[in-house]
Amino acid sequence: MELTIWTYEGPPHVGAMRIATAMKGVHYVLHAPQGDTYADLLFTMIERRDHRPPVTYTTFQAQDLGGDTAEIVKEAVRSAHDRFRPQAMLVGESCTAELIQDNPGGLAATLGLDVPIVPLELPSYQRKENFGASEAFYHLVRALAGPHAPAPDAPKPARPEGRRPRCNILGGTALGFRHRDDIREIRGLLEQVGVEINVSAPLDATPADLARMGEADFNVVLYPEIADTTARWLERTFHQPRTTTVPIGVGATRDFLREVAELSGLDPEPMQAHLDSRLPWYSRSVDSNYLTGKRVFIFGDATHALAAARVAREEMGFEVVGLGCYNREFARDVRKAAKEIGLKALITDDYLEVEDAIREAAPEMVLGTQMERHIAKRLGLFCTVISAPVHVEDFPARYSPQMGPEGANVLFDTWVHPLMMGLEEHLLGMFQDDFEFGNDTTPSHLRAQSPDRTGQAATGPGGHGPGGHGPGGNGQAGTSRPGAGQGAGQAAAPSLEPAPGHVGTAAPEAAPAPAAAQAPVHAGPEAAPAGEASGEPSPSLRWLDDAERELKKIPFFVRGKARRNTERFATEQGIHEIDVDTLYDAKAHFGSR
Amino acid sequence: MSAPTSGAVSDRAAVSGCAAPPVQVSGNGATGDARSLPVLKERGQREVFCGLTGIIWLHRKMQDAFFLIVGSRTCAHLMQSAAGVMIFAEPRFGTAIIEEKDLAGMADANDELDKVVARLLDRRPDIRTLFLVGSCPSEVIKLDLGVAARRLDRESATGVRVLAYSGSGIETTFTEGEDTCLVSMVPEMPVDRGQATDDDASAPATGPGGRGDSSSADEPAAPPSSLLVLGTLADVVEDQMRRIFADLGVGPVHFLPPRNSAELPPVGPATRLLLAQPWVNEAAHALEKRGARRISAPFPLGVEGTTEWIVAAAREWGVDRDAVLAATEGPRRRGTQALERYREQLEGRTIFLFPDSQIEIPLARFLHREMGMIPLEVGTPFLHRAHMEPELALLPDTIRLSEGQDVDRQLDRCMEDQPDLVVCGLGLANPLEAAGLTTKWAIELVFTPLQGYEQAGDLAELLARPLVRSALLEV
Repeated sequence: MELTIWTYEGPPHVGAMRIATAMKGVHYVLHAPQGDTYADLLFTMIERRDHRPPVTYTTFQAQDLGGDTAEIVKEAVRSAHDRFRPQAMLVGESCTAELIQDNPGGLAATLGLDVPIVPLELPSYQRKENFGASEAFYHLVRALAGPHAPAPDAPKPARPEGRRPRCNILGGTALGFRHRDDIREIRGLLEQVGVEINVSAPLDATPADLARMGEADFNVVLYPEIADTTARWLERTFHQPRTTTVPIGVGATRDFLREVAELSGLDPEPMQAHLDSRLPWYSRSVDSNYLTGKRVFIFGDATHALAAARVAREEMGFEVVGLGCYNREFARDVRKAAKEIGLKALITDDYLEVEDAIREAAPEMVLGTQMERHIAKRLGLFCTVISAPVHVEDFPARYSPQMGPEGANVLFDTWVHPLMMGLEEHLLGMFQDDFEFGNDTTPSHLRAQSPDRTGQAATGPGGHGPGGHGPGGNGQAGTSRPGAGQGAGQAAAPSLEPAPGHVGTAAPEAAPAPAAAQAPVHAGPEAAPAGEASGEPSPSLRWLDDAERELKKIPFFVRGKARRNTERFATEQGIHEIDVDTLYDAKAHFGSR
Repeated sequence: MSAPTSGAVSDRAAVSGCAAPPVQVSGNGATGDARSLPVLKERGQREVFCGLTGIIWLHRKMQDAFFLIVGSRTCAHLMQSAAGVMIFAEPRFGTAIIEEKDLAGMADANDELDKVVARLLDRRPDIRTLFLVGSCPSEVIKLDLGVAARRLDRESATGVRVLAYSGSGIETTFTEGEDTCLVSMVPEMPVDRGQATDDDASAPATGPGGRGDSSSADEPAAPPSSLLVLGTLADVVEDQMRRIFADLGVGPVHFLPPRNSAELPPVGPATRLLLAQPWVNEAAHALEKRGARRISAPFPLGVEGTTEWIVAAAREWGVDRDAVLAATEGPRRRGTQALERYREQLEGRTIFLFPDSQIEIPLARFLHREMGMIPLEVGTPFLHRAHMEPELALLPDTIRLSEGQDVDRQLDRCMEDQPDLVVCGLGLANPLEAAGLTTKWAIELVFTPLQGYEQAGDLAELLARPLVRSALLEV
């Protein structure tokens, strides 16, 4: 038994849901109790999907356990089939159903349905989300493409004369970190260099697409966590070689194109012309000089952490002072890469251990997941998010890939902007004795003095430019965040958790949720310390003690507004002493917003 | 934890519902209300949270308590997804994740649990109460957390109280997790030694009837010793209620859950019990077993609901309706004024409520009676007939009342109805918006202070906002 406060990966059936939801024409029947449907909101809220995930939960209850839960499974499979008419069905179980051993996949197979039934057995008490995604994808591909496999000893037929080389793109899922944009970017790049896309899966693929995966000449593996197992099987079964470089960053994209050239038989030289990114020039531009040797700590899934380490060193000129991943399946690669740069890799899924490691490494910047962003905020460090687990902010409205030429541009912008204030840093260094630039002063585009900074004033690593470490956790991924940027104190916290997240912050005593929901918008101006802390209304107004106490119960991010409204109301009404009734009279007068 | 399944409760409720004498509720005719409506009971996929989610507000209400879920990675993932845990350094809840090796033998699981608890208490000396919270896996492997809690409670050198309850999805739906949590606290509550007549002590729990038969007016009993308000209310709402009851001479007033878990309110035969939330059904029964007498009333949503709620309690102290109306004149006026602002947006609009927290019936009553909305379907995860009687009496018999859920069929009905506003969970909201409907997240109705006069306007605003927004947008 292990005490877990927060976890980087969900359970394996959530990984399988990411595959089913990414695809079209697949339905997943999950033998699971009520409550496991929470996973739907990951897709409808974090990713803002406009359809429910194609998942039916059997929803068994305690009273069913003595009876026939098997019958509930059969009924759920049958009715899901009749209602949704999928081309293929995944049938599996969540952690609780695993304990009652109904074998839902086997039960579904007895129903004689006219679609392929793919049973999934995912050991919930041993494995996690990425494993579940990988297994679900593998079993689907095996079940659907398998029947079209050539005889094991049959030679691979040569590509017909005149037909362009053809590949599958593997690994994009629902709830993936920038998968949507990465796939568009890499698809475009491959098409530009003369490679045809046979199937891109699982994202946006149908079961019929999976069935014809064998028609490609080779496979492009974008996310090994999801697609490595499948790609290896395809290699064995269809003699399709696969790419091994993940094209994140200019160098990696260049290597990736070389691999593609080799696998496709195309001329590698003209290909490189399509690697048109601004990163190399921007990084060589003189203003980037101050990026030299910036100490970065990198943690995420193995794929993104490894890619980030290379980009940080070779393309940004940073010094990598920490490297690690949370998924043990790929720990070996990360260990190797860390060793090469003289580090010991951090392989853990305990975020408290990551926090300790970051504190100890004393970096200037963290490249991590949403959790590292929070850790960085507590430690007063800059952070950019480079990896899942995802958050609503990781689905920006704009096109924002991590891979390919445009991905490299995005990396430059989102990694450098948090560190960058143009010449401001030089000014801070030059005039640090000016009272305006005291040691606690942060760049003007980050939020200013944070009340919770006082308790941890010593957390910033010493010896760096005085303006270098803002207490502001800064928006992730370089997104400009005016609200969080100028608000006071924890005002940024609620705004960091929109969508399902924010509801948790609005606990009963904490906030009217309407206010919480608006926090991202209002946090800045309304929580401005000046507005709240002054407590000095015009001389003719006096707050009685009980009214003052009542005011304190109002959430901090609307308290300033409540104070101003009440005083305005009192002035209008000719009231000199503000009591609790005045407060609520004013609230009624001005409305709830 | 021997929380009965919803099914069992449902049956019992149905029986007591049948036995309920006709109730006369003021302000409404005896006919044409929703009490006699047939209930559409469905079984199928439920798009609801399990009871673990109650921890999200319970740990904030009782800030000296820690909630340790004994469960799986799914439980931990649910909590962080539903609660947005990432913003907290170390929240006051966590999951002891059962691993393969724990499944091998029960002794191991108990030893493992002891180790986790020891580490936790060592690290968090501020904890006064530790709740061991059962989950689906812990229930299925029959890990007896009640026994574990008693053992740990005995062994705790630091005087930390250890309690156990189930928040599992196979037994509890969303807010029922608060109910089971409160049940676990009831045996720990001190005895209310206030005066009580023998009648009071031996009287059966207040029947499911309306407030008529719960009044002690016909038996010249000693005055009640205390008022116990049951169900989590925001602190600001509690304070408002406290002031009103103080003005009326009603009290002392205690709240369960308390703000400080170590200071549990007393309960006894002279305690009067007033339900503040519609989901505290089993806790109410447990308190009635300890002698408390339940006051039957609508829930304090909206001006009318709040007034009736206060009137019902005040009557126990011999304070009549006129006195309540006089004492609450200011807040009532403000509440009405605040509601007026949103009436235009809500009046005449149709609404469809998916089952979520059990607040659906009182909410529909408020929206219908005070905002002029037309409820089409009112779904509740679980219908406690007796506790809902005063609410159903205020709803028209034109609504479709449903209990439980088969989400696909309910979505069919919703699309068929094409309501102006849908109240539903987060898993359904965006898909319904994409299908052209306007939705309100049900979960906000649980996490937001909405009870009482001063919050009535907030409640109306919450429902009006999606309509205002959809009218505003031109993209």
